Amino acid sequence: MTQDVKTYTVPTMADMAASGEKPEILFWVGCAGSFDDRYKRVTIAFVRILNHVGIKFAVLGPEEGCTGDPARRAGNEFLFQMQAMSNIQVLNGYNVRKIVTACPHCFNTLKNEYPELGGNYEVIHHSQFLQALINEGRIRVKDGQPFKGRRITFHDSCYLGRANKVYEAPRDVLAALDADLVEMKRVRANGLCCGAGGGQYFKEPEPGKKDVNVERVEEALSTGADTIAVACPFCMTMMSDGVKNKNKEDSVRVYDISELIAQGQGL
Amino acid sequence: MEIFQQILFVAALAVVIWYITQRIRLISRAINLGRPENRFDHANERLKTMVLVAFGQKKMFTNLLVGAMHFVIYAGFIIINLEILEIVLDGILGTHRLFAPYITPIYPILIDVFEVLAFGVLAVCVIFLCRRFVTKVSRFQQERHREMTRWPRTDAAVILIAEILLMIAFLTWNASDSVLRDRASSGSLGHYGELRGIVPDFLISQFLKPLFANFSDTGLVGYERTAWWLHILGILAFAVYVTYSKHLHIAMGFPNVYFSDLQPKGEMQNMPEITKEVQLALGLPVTTDPNGSQSNDNGEQPAEIGRFGAKDVQDLKWINLMNAYSCTECGRCTSACPANITGKKLSPRKIMMDTRDRLEEIQRGWKANGNDYRDEKSLLNDYITPEEINACTTCQACVNACPININPLDIILQLRRYRVMEESEAPASWNAMFSNIENNMAPWKFSPSDRFNWAEQVNEVK
Repeated sequence: MTQDVKTYTVPTMADMAASGEKPEILFWVGCAGSFDDRYKRVTIAFVRILNHVGIKFAVLGPEEGCTGDPARRAGNEFLFQMQAMSNIQVLNGYNVRKIVTACPHCFNTLKNEYPELGGNYEVIHHSQFLQALINEGRIRVKDGQPFKGRRITFHDSCYLGRANKVYEAPRDVLAALDADLVEMKRVRANGLCCGAGGGQYFKEPEPGKKDVNVERVEEALSTGADTIAVACPFCMTMMSDGVKNKNKEDSVRVYDISELIAQGQGL
Repeated sequence: MEIFQQILFVAALAVVIWYITQRIRLISRAINLGRPENRFDHANERLKTMVLVAFGQKKMFTNLLVGAMHFVIYAGFIIINLEILEIVLDGILGTHRLFAPYITPIYPILIDVFEVLAFGVLAVCVIFLCRRFVTKVSRFQQERHREMTRWPRTDAAVILIAEILLMIAFLTWNASDSVLRDRASSGSLGHYGELRGIVPDFLISQFLKPLFANFSDTGLVGYERTAWWLHILGILAFAVYVTYSKHLHIAMGFPNVYFSDLQPKGEMQNMPEITKEVQLALGLPVTTDPNGSQSNDNGEQPAEIGRFGAKDVQDLKWINLMNAYSCTECGRCTSACPANITGKKLSPRKIMMDTRDRLEEIQRGWKANGNDYRDEKSLLNDYITPEEINACTTCQACVNACPININPLDIILQLRRYRVMEESEAPASWNAMFSNIENNMAPWKFSPSDRFNWAEQVNEVK
C-alpha cells in the first residue's frame, strides 16, 4: 500500500436488493441532505463515518421522497398522507427495519407518525447513532485534534428535543471532542426554536420586531462560543443566516455534530 | 336568633349549591360541543401524570421560588378547606366549633396548621399582587400582551384580593373568638365560654388579640359573627365567581391533566378520514381504522364526515375545550413562544383565551335564544386571525411550558388544517412548497432524478 486513498461508497437499497444483500441500517438522507448545498456536506460527513466504522448501510437514493412533514404542519394533511404512504410502500417493499436520519423532522415523522399509516420501523437520529458508536468505542476522537480549547455551544432542535426528548445524545457526542462545551440560557426542554419549524422555513415570517433565528443566534453568541453545533438541516440554515446577520461569519462557525466527528476522525 | 342564623345559612348554602350545579351543567355542555375522542384509556399512566403534575405541581417548580409560593396557596386551599367542613356544620347545626370537644388533643394542632397556611396564603397573595401591579412581571402586562385586557387583569386582582380578605376574616375570627373565650369566665357570654380550657389560643391569631382588647363584649360578639359570616359567605361567593373566572383551574386543573396528551409532543394526530381517501387515490387496499377513532364512546358512527380541520369550537376536540376552561392565563406558554418573543401577533395564551371567550359567547346565545341557537361567528377569523396561526413554528415550547399540560398547538394546527384543506387559503409560498412536494418529492424545485447526485461528491476532497 503506497497511498492512503480513501474510497467511500454509497450503496442504494436497489443495489443491495439486486445482489441479494440486506443492510444493517437504512440511512434516510432527507430532502435537505439531498439538495441543500450546505447540508449535503453533512450527508457526506455522515456517509464517511459510516464507511469508516464499516457499517453495512444503504440509502434509497432517487426512490426517497419528502416525508411530508412540512406539508402536514402547514395544514395539508392530504399531501402528507400521500407522501407518507408512497414512502411506506417503498420502505416496506425493501422490508426495512432500522432507519437512521440526520434530520429531526424526518426522524419525528418516521418514528411517531408513520406507524399509524402502516410504517413500523426502528428509527434513530444520527446523534443517537453517533453516541452509540462512541460508547462502543468504534469512534475514538484522536488527541491533539483541532477541538482543544475551542468553545462549542449546542442548539437543541425542537423536533429532536422537546418532541422526542433526545437531549443528551448530541451533547455526549460533542463531549467526545474534548472541546469546551458551553450551554445557552434556554436549553433542552426550554430550548428556543431556530424559527424554521412548522413550515416557517418555506415562507416569510409574519411581521414582528425581530427574526427568531437572530434572537437565538444572539443567545448563542453571548456564550462566547466559536462553534455553534446543530443536529438539524433547518437549524443549520437558520443559525448560519443568523450568524451572517450579526456579521460574525468569520469568527463563528455553524456545524452539524456529524461534521465535527468527521473532522475529529480526519475524514 | 340562633335559629334565624341557621335558616339563613342553609338557605345561602342551598342557593349556592343550586347555582354552581347550573354553572357546571352549562360548562360541561360547552365542553361537550367538541368532537368525541376517547381519553379514558391508559388509566395508570394518566393517574401517574395527574399525581405528579396536578397534585405534585411538578411543572410549577420550573421556577423554584414561584413554584414554592404557588404551592403555599394550593396547599392552603386544599387543607384549609378541611376547616370549611366544621364551619358548614356549625352553620347548619347552630353549634360553635363542633369538632373541638371530640378531638380535643389534636384540634388546636389542626387549627394552628390552618392558621400558618392562612398566613402563608395571605403573604403570597400580597407578593403575587405586587408581581402583577408593582414589579410588573412582563407576561401580565397589557403593554406587552394585547390579550391582557381589562377583564383578565381585573379578574386576577379580584381573586388575589378576595383570598387576602378571606384569610384576614379567618384569622381575625379566631382572634376575636379567643378574646371572647377569655372574657367568658363567668359564663356570661353564652357558648363562647364553653370551650374555655378545651381550646387554647392559636399560633397566629394570638398575636391579633390585642386588636380586640378595647372592644365591648357586644362589639366583640358582633365582630366574631361578622367575620364568621364574611368568611363563609366569601367562600361561597368565591366558589360561584370561580366558574366565571380564569381561576376555574383550581377545579379543572385535575381532570385537565388527567386527560392530557400521552403521545410524544412531536406527534400530530392522524386524520383517518383522509387515510381512506388517500388509499383510494393511490389504489391501495383501504384499511379499517385500527383505533376506530371515527366512532364515539358508544361506538356510533357519525352520519357524515365533519369538515377537515377546525373553523369553530365545535370542530375542535372536547379536550381542547376543557383546556380552554382550565387555562389560568399565566402566560408561561406565551413567554416561551418564539413567535411571540420576537414580536409576532401569535400568543398561545390568547389562543386559549379566545377559545374560552368563544365558548362563553355561545353560552350567552343559548341563554338568550334557547339551547339550539347557533350564531354566525366562528373561532377562526372572528377571534383568531390567520396571521396568528401562520406564525407558529410548532416548536411545542408552549405545550412544554404549561403547568397543567394545556396544548395550544393542537388548536393552532387544527385551524391551519381548515384554512388549507377547506378554504385553500395557505400563504402563496406554502402553496409553492406543496406543489414542489407533490411534483418533485421535495419542498424545493429540484428534479427528483437529481436527488442522489450528492453521492458523486462523497470522494471529493473538501
